Amino acid sequence: MKWWTFLITATIVAAAVFAGIRALNNDYYFFAGYTVLQFVVLATAWNILGGYTGYVNFGSAAFFAVGVYTTVFLHKTYPLPVPLQIVAAGIVSGLVGLGMGYLTLRLRGAFFAIATLALAVVLQTIIVNWSYVGGARGAYVLRPATIEIVGNYIHYLFLVMLGLAVIALTTARAIEKSSLGYGFATIRDDELAAEASGVPTLKLKLIATTLSGAFMGMAGAPFPYIQAYVQPNAVFGLEYAVNSIAMPIIGGTASWIGPLVGAILLGTLQQVATVTISSAVNVLIVGLLLVAFVIVAPNGIVGVVQKAWRRKL
Amino acid sequence: MSGELLLNAVIAGILLGGFYAAVTVGISISFGILDIVNIAHPAFVIVGSYVTYYVNAQFGIDPILAGILVLPLFYGLGAGIYQVYYVSFERRGKEALSGLAFFFGILFIAEVLLILAFGVDYRDVRASYIGQSLNFGIFHFPLRMLVPCLASLAMFAFLLIFLTRTFIGRAIMAVAQDQLALRLMAADPVKIKRIAFAISIATAALAGSFLIIIQPVEPSVGREYIGRVFAICVLGGLGSLTGTLIGAILLGIVESITATFYGPSWAPAVAFGLLLLTLALRPAGIMGR
Repeated sequence: MKWWTFLITATIVAAAVFAGIRALNNDYYFFAGYTVLQFVVLATAWNILGGYTGYVNFGSAAFFAVGVYTTVFLHKTYPLPVPLQIVAAGIVSGLVGLGMGYLTLRLRGAFFAIATLALAVVLQTIIVNWSYVGGARGAYVLRPATIEIVGNYIHYLFLVMLGLAVIALTTARAIEKSSLGYGFATIRDDELAAEASGVPTLKLKLIATTLSGAFMGMAGAPFPYIQAYVQPNAVFGLEYAVNSIAMPIIGGTASWIGPLVGAILLGTLQQVATVTISSAVNVLIVGLLLVAFVIVAPNGIVGVVQKAWRRKL
Repeated sequence: MSGELLLNAVIAGILLGGFYAAVTVGISISFGILDIVNIAHPAFVIVGSYVTYYVNAQFGIDPILAGILVLPLFYGLGAGIYQVYYVSFERRGKEALSGLAFFFGILFIAEVLLILAFGVDYRDVRASYIGQSLNFGIFHFPLRMLVPCLASLAMFAFLLIFLTRTFIGRAIMAVAQDQLALRLMAADPVKIKRIAFAISIATAALAGSFLIIIQPVEPSVGREYIGRVFAICVLGGLGSLTGTLIGAILLGIVESITATFYGPSWAPAVAFGLLLLTLALRPAGIMGR
């Protein structure tokens, strides 16, 4: 399948999803669906770096927050239409990814992972001390009630996130099938051998961190509008950091399907669990699942299914 | 910038640095020597704080004594975790991605379990010396800082002697360099690594009981220490205990001066800045080869 055939197929599926939820005629499903889609984008973005090149990013919450606060900043300074703000957020967080990668990726993989962990703490410190974007108290972002063509603004935001998910998945799949993807895979399997065979490993790693960071930021950009109130503790919370790693690993990191499966399953599970049990238990469940999967099924759900399929044949 | 304020900030920084050395020495062993990237280390520090809090509140035992009493518990926990890590990742050669994700998961599980058990309120301990201060003219040594610092240095010295003077200690230092030679000396590398990792978790727990003397603790405090411990470890030079001590005191002083003159809310950013600077300028660290 060529990438544009995939894009068309994905768009048709997305349109069907949108029509289906609209037919249910209940705004709760749009909220819940938006959250799940946001995790689809985050998980896919994480997997571009983590799954394809094998470099672990623990700072998903930080990149997500860069996107969120780019919107908060722009909304206060010079409000743009949501798709343009997503582009702006993508540029800013992509640059953060590039800078982080440039400083740490020349060293052993563990240093990059540690630096991303610490990045979240520092960015939170900066945001808390920066009163223009609300500081520790948080910021209110008023969203319009309606918009042309789509009508309800929540439906519009859902549609935007749906489009972003389609773009992220198409990009991930296109990378997988391209020479870029093969380059990434050589880094994951044996970086030393790749370097020795003339693969420009640093350049490829920087492309991966930039792309991955940019998509994470984009996933965060519409967040202030859907929540209407943004506060550092919520944005930098446990939820985003643990989910964007757990979803691809539980789904399977080898291809674009894994993060999609993981995000839909875990995302839906959490939407149900948040309503029925507390959100702390939620994070606990995700953490336990993550540990269980890396020990028992390191190739994720997709890996388990593939294995079962092969045995059957 | 007044001289007296600066001097007292430096003193506070040295006291803080001594404590940071206790938090980091475990990472120096696990990350520096064993090459196990245990990002959950600070979570064990906080678990140690809470166990100390519990023992102190229930039985009124001195926090440091309480920390020493529960050491075997954490040694056992560490040995168990290493066993799982070894069987699941190290033996399969998958420690890079899966191993990191494993410790990341443990970090979250520990934090959430603490939230569920104790809530998100700050907890503190009672001891006669908390709140008092030794004063020499213009110099102030708050005992709340001095006692943990001295206890940290004692623990540090004990570990240094253990690692350089005993057979097991030397075997731990050797395990990173030549596992075959270690086998020829009739020492099983896996067993040596298990002992070393268990010790590293035990030091984390004891550092936790020092922490709760210095400041009240809530479950997410640990995350601030992730940047700190790795910054110190890298700054000092991987695998060098002396380097760890120098790095810890350096970070303590810089943080204390920042907190005194620019406000404590900026302190967490200092460690990260130092970490990035070290990685960019001299990745081998101060004592690294």
